[in-house]
Amino acid sequence: MSQSLVTMSYIVATILFILSLSGLSNQETARRGNYFGMLGMTIAIVATSLSDTVNSYVVLILALLIGGSIGVKAALKVEMTQMPELVAIMHSLVGMAAVLVGYANFMDDSSTISGVEKTIHEVEIYVGILIGAVTFSGSVIAFGKLSERITGKPLLLPARHWLNLALLVMAIGLGQMFLSQAESGGGLAPLLLMTVVALAFGVHMVMAIGGADMPVVVSMLNSYSGWAAAATGFMLSNDLLIVTGALVGSSGAILSYIMCRAMNRHFLSVIAGGFGTGSGGEAAVIEGDVHPIEAEETAQLLLAAKNIIIIPGYGMAVAQAQHTVNEITKLLRDKGKRVGFGIHPVAGRMPGHMNVLLAEAKVPYDIVFEMDEINEEWGDVDISIVIGANDIVNPSALDDPNSPIAGMPVLECWKGDTTIVMKRSMASGYAGVGNPLFVKDNTRMLFGDANKMLQEVLKALKG
Amino acid sequence: MKIGIPKEIHQGEKRVATTPEAAEQLIKLGFSVCIESGAGLGADISDEAYKEAGVEIVKSVKSLWKKSDIVMKVRAPEQHPELAIDEIDMLSQGGHLISFIWPAQNEDLMQKLAAKEATVLAMDSVPRISRAQKLDALSSMANIAGYRAIVEAAQHFGRFFTGQITAAGKIPPAKVLVIGAGVAGLAAIGAAKSMGAIVRAFDTRPEVKEQIESMDAEFLMLDFKEEGSGVGGYAKTMSKEFIEAEMALFARQAMEVDIIVTTALIPGKPAPKLITQAMVTSMKPGSVIVDLAAEQGGNCELTEKDKVVVKHGVTLIGYTNLPSRLANQASQLYATNLRHLLTELCPEKNGVINVNMDDEMIRGSTVIKEGKITWPPPPPTLKVAPPPQTEAPAYPAVVAQQKKPIIPESIKQFLPLIIGGLALFGIGSVAPASFMSHFTVFVLACFIGYQVIWNVTASLHTPLMSVTNAISGIIVIGALVQISSPGTAISVLAGLSILIASINIAGGFLVTRRMLEMFRK
Repeated sequence: MSQSLVTMSYIVATILFILSLSGLSNQETARRGNYFGMLGMTIAIVATSLSDTVNSYVVLILALLIGGSIGVKAALKVEMTQMPELVAIMHSLVGMAAVLVGYANFMDDSSTISGVEKTIHEVEIYVGILIGAVTFSGSVIAFGKLSERITGKPLLLPARHWLNLALLVMAIGLGQMFLSQAESGGGLAPLLLMTVVALAFGVHMVMAIGGADMPVVVSMLNSYSGWAAAATGFMLSNDLLIVTGALVGSSGAILSYIMCRAMNRHFLSVIAGGFGTGSGGEAAVIEGDVHPIEAEETAQLLLAAKNIIIIPGYGMAVAQAQHTVNEITKLLRDKGKRVGFGIHPVAGRMPGHMNVLLAEAKVPYDIVFEMDEINEEWGDVDISIVIGANDIVNPSALDDPNSPIAGMPVLECWKGDTTIVMKRSMASGYAGVGNPLFVKDNTRMLFGDANKMLQEVLKALKG
Repeated sequence: MKIGIPKEIHQGEKRVATTPEAAEQLIKLGFSVCIESGAGLGADISDEAYKEAGVEIVKSVKSLWKKSDIVMKVRAPEQHPELAIDEIDMLSQGGHLISFIWPAQNEDLMQKLAAKEATVLAMDSVPRISRAQKLDALSSMANIAGYRAIVEAAQHFGRFFTGQITAAGKIPPAKVLVIGAGVAGLAAIGAAKSMGAIVRAFDTRPEVKEQIESMDAEFLMLDFKEEGSGVGGYAKTMSKEFIEAEMALFARQAMEVDIIVTTALIPGKPAPKLITQAMVTSMKPGSVIVDLAAEQGGNCELTEKDKVVVKHGVTLIGYTNLPSRLANQASQLYATNLRHLLTELCPEKNGVINVNMDDEMIRGSTVIKEGKITWPPPPPTLKVAPPPQTEAPAYPAVVAQQKKPIIPESIKQFLPLIIGGLALFGIGSVAPASFMSHFTVFVLACFIGYQVIWNVTASLHTPLMSVTNAISGIIVIGALVQISSPGTAISVLAGLSILIASINIAGGFLVTRRMLEMFRK
């Protein structure tokens, strides 16, 4: 295959990737978009494999087959509730691949470039490995936090900002050393050292981030994995890699921005880590009595209501309650009630997490609404059920300027007639903030495991 | 105790202080109720209807006053036109009277009532606290007055309220200006709006902006900072500068609108003059002004109390009895307000009232207790409207100086652009041509990504992440071009990265497919 033909295939692949992403603008075209993506990837791989530079097919096919089958197996086995973990670990793979490709490229001394071009090439290698390594270690830690192998609490080292700064200075210093040594053909030592520094930086960065900020971290790492691919593209002078990397990178960046806005947090303060470190005064102490309720009574309330809104949170994912929720929804809809779902942008541990879980349980997506759509309607709502959510329905985000989550937009369910909150206990949410919603006069607390309680409600509804 | 309801004697007054429905409730509270024959006729309620509810009909007005322990009326007592006797004189010594009194304006009346050792509750003095809303007769009457004001205006206005396009031509909608958005103003806005007019409203109290906008009317902003809310949520007198700015606004509006409804009142003061003769002259011929403040002297200079006059081609309506012009409705609401008051006065439901002066609501309403004048009451402890969240700074200049940033705002917003531009310039000045072509591709791709990703719906963010994950497996290309390079180390590294990246590709696309399959209607 000639070089022009390969380039032409790359252009086709690029267009297919863009179509694949733009297909996600709604549910109908999303499936077709995914096929475009697969086709684009196939074209890119086949074209590259057939180009003149490639001849060791045995290793190539073997690696593709092994990797592919591992991927297929993981994709088929994963539970929908574990999506965030899968996404995180896949980010780390991209990061690792970028590091490996970078090293391979560094060792390859067959190229003939020299002068400024050579320096730029070396900077590209250096930056590519740096981003790749940060992505890799950051994603591994994110995976650990999401799968609860590592505690979700932010690890706040003293003087952590200085530590970050020191690591950055070290990376720059090592870069200088690397460039000067690479002139004479060396430079492996500073490169390896920098990799260690970058790995440490990634670990430290994600360790300092609290569980509630996880959606931001996951989408940020998504962005990094894209930039790593783009940097590799620069290193190899490969436009396909640059374009694809840039697409993925900007996608992740926009997602992080959306998530930050949903929590009213500044991107930098999320990355710098720790929750609520900026708030000055004491947050108001929550006082009042909770009104507990039983499953039986909940069912009666639901039967008397006309307009019901369900607000799922991470607790629903943990309890695997989405199927029971769907059955209750179906039953209530059959009885002629209006049932809707209100999804907060940061509900769960990853952007869109709740939508995926509800889709898995076959909840029709046209009754699933976004926060802004729902927040205008609370006046008409008879009952809202909060399932395992806390911070996203916390009124102090709006009323209490000293609350750590002040200013974050929330689902204002307390404006409806009655709110039923399902919770395991009175413990505070991931953000560690008390919730005055629980002691409001029109709030009823249904304590217990979400799935078990919902099943009891379902039984009472049927009976 | 016996409650008596005489027929209203004020000229043109058609309301009555109780209805059969309300009387029934009063009887359940343990009272017995009697009414003067024909008292309800003005409000289209017959004696028979009262009788059915268990009310005793009394022919003679004198005997009614005499045997009643509590007399409930609408208007304050006055000279009886036929019997040539004052109603106060008919009130038994030490009796109870519940009606509108207006103690500030009627000092004589207060003295006379005190001389009678009477206990008097004034429906106009009910405190403005949320608990007392159900017996706030002023609000219920104001509501009716506002509605009726628009009906009267429509009566005298020669055009449609709503705009229409018909075969016979285009009809522009009427423009209505409501001044003062209290209960009456808001009711007028609602009525005019539902008839299809374009409604604008003005009020000195900024917190009512939201209420006006909730009625779908336009709030006329005055570019002037002054707090217009007084005690109890009522308006207060404004500064001279404010009034000048306000008058200029009205003058502009007068030229434009077809109908003006004024409801501006300040408690215990004559109504502010808001519409001058010059403004009336500037209005279009056929325009209508309804002056709901006519009783207190009118908001318009040319208004004549209780009359409809045409001056400079503009109809000026100065009726003061608008609630009475909707007598049945007004009686129903007033009777219900009175019933709520009696329920509060008689908590034990034994037909005996207890004027409990410790109760803020009853304390506020009671103007004379057993011959002792208790008006005015201490000010209510709770304001109806919450104080505005942000108070206007006392020294704006000082605050502004403190907050002034080091870099002016106008430069600040360009700062990222400047830095970005400098960075691009820096790269451009050293980078070779081959790098620049890749860089062009990179920047354009970022922009495409930006455009495409904003269109992705929020519910598909998880599939977006997994598909971008799969796509970033494109890094496999980098490994593919290296795998055939000389050197085992490179081959091993490249082979490893192919393996890793292909996990991503296969896993990412498949899991995306799995998820997307689940999304269905």
